[in-house]
Amino acid sequence: MTQAPDVTRLLDVRDLRVEFRTRDGVAEAVGGVSYGVDAGRTLAVLGESGSGKSVTAQAVMGILDSPPAFVTGGQVLFRGRDLLTMSPRERRSVRGAAMAMIFQDALSALNPVLTVGAQLAEMYEVHRGMSRKDARARAVELMDRVRIPAAKARVNDYPHQFSGGMRQRIMIAMAIALEPELIIADEPTTALDVTVQAQVMDLLDELRREYAMGLILITHDLGVVADVADEIAVMYAGRIVETAPVRELYRRPAHPYTRGLLDSIPRVDHKGKELYAIKGLPPSLLTVPTGCPFHPRCPRAQDICRTERPPLYEVPDATDTVAPGRASACHFWKDELDA
Amino acid sequence: MPEPFETHLDMTEALAPAAGGGGPVAASGADTLQGGGPPRTPRRLPWRRPFRPGGGLPGSSRGLWSDAWHDLRRNPVFIVSALVILFLVTVAIWPQLIADGNPYQGDLSKAQEGPAPGHPFGYDLQGRDVYTRTVYGARASITVGICATAGAALLGSVLGGLAGFFGGWWDALLSRLADVFFGIPILLGGLVFLSVVTSGSVWPVVGFIVLLGWPQISRIARGSVVTVKQHDYVQAARALGASSGRTLLRHIAPNAVAPVIVVATIALGTYIALEATLSFLGVGLKPPTVSWGIDISSASSQIRNAPHMLLWPAGALSLTVLAFIMLGDAVRDALDPKLR
Amino acid sequence: MGRYVLRRLLQMIPVFIGSTFLIFFMVYALGDPVAALFGDKAPDPATAARIRKDLYLDEPLWSQYVHYMGQVFSGDFGTAFNGQPVTELMTGAFPVTLRLTVVAVVFEMALGVTLGVLSGLRRGRGLDTSVLLLTLVVVAIPTFVSGTVLQFLVGVRWGLAPPSVSPEAPFTQLLLPGVVLGLVSLAYTTRLTRTSVVENARADYVRTAVAKGLPRHRIVTRHLLRNSLIPVVTFLGIDIGALMGGAIVTERIFNIHGVGYQLYQGILRQNSPTVVGFVTILVIVFLLANLLVDLLYAVLDPRIRYA
Repeated sequence: MTQAPDVTRLLDVRDLRVEFRTRDGVAEAVGGVSYGVDAGRTLAVLGESGSGKSVTAQAVMGILDSPPAFVTGGQVLFRGRDLLTMSPRERRSVRGAAMAMIFQDALSALNPVLTVGAQLAEMYEVHRGMSRKDARARAVELMDRVRIPAAKARVNDYPHQFSGGMRQRIMIAMAIALEPELIIADEPTTALDVTVQAQVMDLLDELRREYAMGLILITHDLGVVADVADEIAVMYAGRIVETAPVRELYRRPAHPYTRGLLDSIPRVDHKGKELYAIKGLPPSLLTVPTGCPFHPRCPRAQDICRTERPPLYEVPDATDTVAPGRASACHFWKDELDA
Repeated sequence: MPEPFETHLDMTEALAPAAGGGGPVAASGADTLQGGGPPRTPRRLPWRRPFRPGGGLPGSSRGLWSDAWHDLRRNPVFIVSALVILFLVTVAIWPQLIADGNPYQGDLSKAQEGPAPGHPFGYDLQGRDVYTRTVYGARASITVGICATAGAALLGSVLGGLAGFFGGWWDALLSRLADVFFGIPILLGGLVFLSVVTSGSVWPVVGFIVLLGWPQISRIARGSVVTVKQHDYVQAARALGASSGRTLLRHIAPNAVAPVIVVATIALGTYIALEATLSFLGVGLKPPTVSWGIDISSASSQIRNAPHMLLWPAGALSLTVLAFIMLGDAVRDALDPKLR
Repeated sequence: MGRYVLRRLLQMIPVFIGSTFLIFFMVYALGDPVAALFGDKAPDPATAARIRKDLYLDEPLWSQYVHYMGQVFSGDFGTAFNGQPVTELMTGAFPVTLRLTVVAVVFEMALGVTLGVLSGLRRGRGLDTSVLLLTLVVVAIPTFVSGTVLQFLVGVRWGLAPPSVSPEAPFTQLLLPGVVLGLVSLAYTTRLTRTSVVENARADYVRTAVAKGLPRHRIVTRHLLRNSLIPVVTFLGIDIGALMGGAIVTERIFNIHGVGYQLYQGILRQNSPTVVGFVTILVIVFLLANLLVDLLYAVLDPRIRYA
């Protein structure tokens, strides 16, 4: 990734580091992550639970639980301004208004004792100083916008009175309320029924296009990614192991972990064959393996993998020209690419 | 009157609906609704408690108890309160170890006098040594506290545990019965009961506290058993054909007993305070039993002239109650990781 | 809602009967109401037998209880030791204790919730640790000790409040006794609020509120507090009954002529109608307070719907 100052970039995260200080020791949850997204584009961040993908997003949003989590280094440039050096007040005015977040479990992410109307209207009251009545009217519009049936009648209902899909629509409505430039969606469809997942994802994608927002989509589900993402960043043990445009990554993964993830998707044309599974478990962040953190589970591991941590190598595309944003943290990325 | 309400509510947060302080209907309503979504676990670091292959099933008693013991040994609150309690129990059994005087013998010429050499706490109304009486007063308090707690805990956990395990009409009956006892403010019940049973020894007091104390423990035990009963490993044991008795003793009891222990420890402290209050009101223990409550009562009218008569037994009483409550608090923190 | 209230009221009936019968049993079966009437003098056997007959004391206990309850529901609570009707004592005593309880509840709620929220938001810091320790110490000091000491210090030594309360017991004189009465509950309220705030502060919806860019005070007052107060309100329901019953110690120390005082007199003089009558009313108060809290619960937590 380029290190030149780039004010046109919507979000540019550079070498972000987050550690958790617990009673059992200090764990580096995010160890120097760099990624970015442009306006109108979608970046998918892929990884297992504990890979640091959500923690990175929370650090970008500025909603880490601190303690135990602390940002220890790096920059989060939003339209060229570093969010990490802003005053808390400035930062708060960005949060919710210019960048918004959608959480996985809308039932627990919405306040159980306030009506959804009140929770939506709150955005306008706090950030825009609107009167309660006007804000309430805008809340109804928002609910219409995310296609909640009978919005006017349901604005005074409580979160538990909605179905899972409808609740997630309300989360989305809350996020787009102030037409932010960036939305971070943390596993937005994981808690939903499969049939509803696609509807919610489509809505999100449609809204992104309409408002020309940047979207960071955090997920562990490669199936979700293929349709909507432009770029993909794969995370493992608190670091990015591969970045690539979505087609490149699917066609020619340059990291054994990515390949493992791709191979473990059930496919119709592979019916009858045994499903591939990456052996072993993701490491505890308190005891990350030396060298390449993936080596204990890697089919390609050599001695060098156990001792030397691979940097992010730039990876050329199929025509052998160096592609922007294509990189892999594997000593043997060439072999992987050719495999 | 101090009653361990907080623990009551705290522990029941995680337990079954009907065990809550509020109406059973209200609580169970919330439970069903929350049961719809994915289980709400407190947001904890995923790697804090990694899966332990050797630790057996999640929630197994071994893991919980050894973890708790590990925490307790490093908790200064636990160590201090345990040492204080150890000291108090020793003194209750052998008061002559640290006080060689006679708690009953007074010298009226020295009534209400302040500290003198060999009599660091001064003298009381009848010229008796306040230090000796304070030391001897531990016996009544500790006896009442330990016996009443043991009785209430045993009765409450057996009745509540069986009700939780078998459910049905027996459960309903027991819950109503517990409600009946809850309907009587404990201090009032004590006053009425002990004013008609006029023996003045510790046993009617112990009996009364067991009588009004068991419902609290039984609610906790019931809720705890109902929760544990629903765990997969218990269901598995039953599916594999384990008998009711075996399931209850081997699988449920060890996992359900933690909340009972916590509540009982804290209750012990409040029972001691309750005994002292009843003695203060003149219906609990009566002379010649040496009791902090009685001494405080007789000293309270003399607080202007001789505050030392009140402060020493009151301090000893408060310290004793504090030690047990702190012990219970530390044990709760260790056994209930949710609150860490 | 109406059906729920009705059902709860019906459920209260057995509890009410059980609790009052228990007290009735203690007083009438374990004690001797007739002997008590004569104090230290031995009663003349013929008179005793007549009184027994008049008071239905020669009938089985359940029948006595039915007679007694019949009288209670027609408004006759019997006669106190000084010849006054018990109802007269009640009309004098209950307003006083109610005022005392109000002072205690306001004190424990206002201070307890404030302290609990403050320490819960600063979990693990100095303020939190000292508040926690202080609450433990407060719980450990029985009311009769703190009452006696505070009466001496505040009332006598510093002269800030009247050390004893006049029979009219206006609010101003009840401030110190109210604080004493509410002290232990204050500690519980503080701890309960703190625990609840700590748990809710980690809840997802609070994180959402932060992500919405809301100011901190709004997150605390609008989102965190209301959720955190639900268990505190439940505690309050149990506590009102306990406070009115526990007022016996406070009223004795400050010489307040309330429920506790009358009950204590009744018990000392073994006047059965006074004791059973007052306890009956207290049980009703306790049960109604619990019902009220359950209804309040539904207002605070919309997830609960009574059917």
